[in-house]
Amino acid sequence: MADIVLDKVSKSFPDGTVAVRDVDLEIADGEFVILVGPSGCGKSTTLNMIAGLEDISSGELRIAGERVNDKAPRDRDIAMVFQSYALYPNMTVRENMAFPLRLAKLDKATIEQKVTEAAKVLELTALLDRKPANLSGGQRQRVAMGRAIVRSPKAFLMDEPLSNLDAKLRVQMRTVVSRLQKQLGTTTVYVTHDQTEAMTLGDRVVIMRGGAVQQVGPPQELYDHPANLFVAGFIGSPSMNFLHAAVEEETLRTAIGDVPLGDRIRRELAAEDAPRELILGIRPEHFEDAGLVDEQTRGRGMEFEAPVEIVESMGSDKYVYLTVEGERASAAELEELAADVGTDDLGGAGANLVTRLSAESTVTEGENRRIWFNLEKIHLFDPANGRNLTLHEGRAAGALAS
Amino acid sequence: MAAADTTAAAKWRWGLLDVVVVVFALVPVLWIASLSFKTTATLTDGNFIPREWTLENYRTIFSTSQFVRALGNSIGIALIATVVAVVLGTMAAYAVARLDFPGKKALVGVSLLIAMFPQVSLVSPLFEIERSLGLFDTWPGLILPYITFALPLAIYTLSAFFKQIPWDLEKAAKMDGATSGQAFRRVIAPLAAPGVFTTAILVFIFCWNDFLFAISLTSTERSRTVPVALSFFTGESQFEDPTGAICAAAVVITIPIILFVLFFQRRIVSGLTSGAVKG
Ligand SMILES: Nc1ncnc2c1ncn2[C@@H]1O[C@H](COP(=O)(O)OP(=O)(O)O)[C@@H](O)[C@H]1O
Ligand SMILES: [Mg+2]
Repeated sequence: MADIVLDKVSKSFPDGTVAVRDVDLEIADGEFVILVGPSGCGKSTTLNMIAGLEDISSGELRIAGERVNDKAPRDRDIAMVFQSYALYPNMTVRENMAFPLRLAKLDKATIEQKVTEAAKVLELTALLDRKPANLSGGQRQRVAMGRAIVRSPKAFLMDEPLSNLDAKLRVQMRTVVSRLQKQLGTTTVYVTHDQTEAMTLGDRVVIMRGGAVQQVGPPQELYDHPANLFVAGFIGSPSMNFLHAAVEEETLRTAIGDVPLGDRIRRELAAEDAPRELILGIRPEHFEDAGLVDEQTRGRGMEFEAPVEIVESMGSDKYVYLTVEGERASAAELEELAADVGTDDLGGAGANLVTRLSAESTVTEGENRRIWFNLEKIHLFDPANGRNLTLHEGRAAGALAS
Repeated sequence: MAAADTTAAAKWRWGLLDVVVVVFALVPVLWIASLSFKTTATLTDGNFIPREWTLENYRTIFSTSQFVRALGNSIGIALIATVVAVVLGTMAAYAVARLDFPGKKALVGVSLLIAMFPQVSLVSPLFEIERSLGLFDTWPGLILPYITFALPLAIYTLSAFFKQIPWDLEKAAKMDGATSGQAFRRVIAPLAAPGVFTTAILVFIFCWNDFLFAISLTSTERSRTVPVALSFFTGESQFEDPTGAICAAAVVITIPIILFVLFFQRRIVSGLTSGAVKG
């Protein structure tokens, strides 16, 4: 077990691609850290540099306080689980799991004992004599995990280990991974492009974009206090709603009404080079059916009326899709996020809002409905650089903060 | 029901086609085998199954040093050329499949060029070169050109096989604590084995069957191979018809190939890499 420190680590490939840029990251002993970001953002490259499978172009990597930049993978004592599982097809499950131990030259009895133990933990005992070809996807995944845990390495690296499983199995294996990590208490770096996995699994989440770290923090903190537009749009499902907002004297003109501004934001916008246009971000759960909001709460937000397009009742609450007129929010980050999800545009001139209302709401499709939203929970972003303007000392404080 | 009928019909059609192909390919071979067991008198009677069986032809060819020496040359030359070509080819193909090195395109291009080059146009220059180097009519004099022309073939087939082996396996082996050598020996090599054996068979057959180089670059029994020796067959005396002996020799030289293929065929298990990756 060990801590892992990345100190200004960068990677540029011979063809000129800079895959990872100045990544600073301190992973504590026993911590479960998730690297998340859209495809191609440099997650695997970062992981491979920690593993030793890729050279580090510049910067320093320390494991347990020792510089390991020039050490071969085998001298780093780290185990890795690959997205493709990478099981040795010519060996049985038992031989696959014993392989790292045999290379470490342990004696037969110890190997047998460790393999049996790991097989028990992962419920592979009955499959020990099968070849990988005769296993299901989930079983192969567990063998790959087993091969990593048998030799009790200093750290685990996992590169999208669950992305080849079907949805149901993925959820199931997620808890297996989580439990296993807690049980063993081994430092783990886990790569995924799935924000749900990132939110549910890790102690801390590292969000990457284009080879650079955007924000590092516990999942809830990233959710509540996103540092920029990219993090705000990436974390959360359904994702945050973004609306174009024009800066007026004391308010913001948006498609859902004029949003009042508190002193702090106004001060910031008074600056010479301050943006004249902003992006307003509201999470779905910060909307509510105006009829269901009590007097006390009502004052913290504002209301607007919009046509209801679709109502999806989830039982516990209702997802309501609204259409609003007006200019659409646009920024490089938003386009990138849309491209990653594969929903470039959902058509129409206006914007679509996804809201999560209480189950008691009587909202019906096709009507015009009064909707309330919480001004204390909204975020304002500078479209030029994506910075979250409502963030003050790392905390988001809504639009009204003084 | 309809679907089942069509599949049954399709099966019949394919079965029939298979039979036609097999018969087409095997009849000449069987005919030669049949001729080799016939006596001189019945050689031209046109019967598919010999009326009088004899081993006389086989006795004849094995009693001449001409054939026995040629057989030894053939086996030796083909085996050495195969081993060298497969070993070199394996290394080259591994590099082509796995590494990005300067000149990789050129290497692949040149080997393709060699494979396509009409060999007959090289015979005269090779003859001159080998004579001045003292390689003419020696084993190396044949082994070298065989390796040259077998290598592109070996590199192509082997690199196709190496490309099939997921690279992740090698990375996994390294993470599991293997050196590059151990990763190659214990993980990659066992998976590449079918490719190596397939290539070995192809290269061996190419060397074994070659006539062009063998006739132009040899002059005596010292290095003459069987296909050439066959063409020099004249029988015991001038008046004896050598057809039976030639047929017997032809049968004998197909046997090593059949053995070679049978021996390695069990190792050419396709889909050996299945189960390595994904679900
Ligand atoms: N061997 C390589 N040569 C050149 N570019 C590469 C190589 N491997 C990855 N890249 C590039 O580096 C970037 C990051 O890749 P990767 O780390 O695999 O992304 P991720 O795992 O986040 O999807 C991508 O733009 C990819 O095209
Ligand atoms: Mg990746």
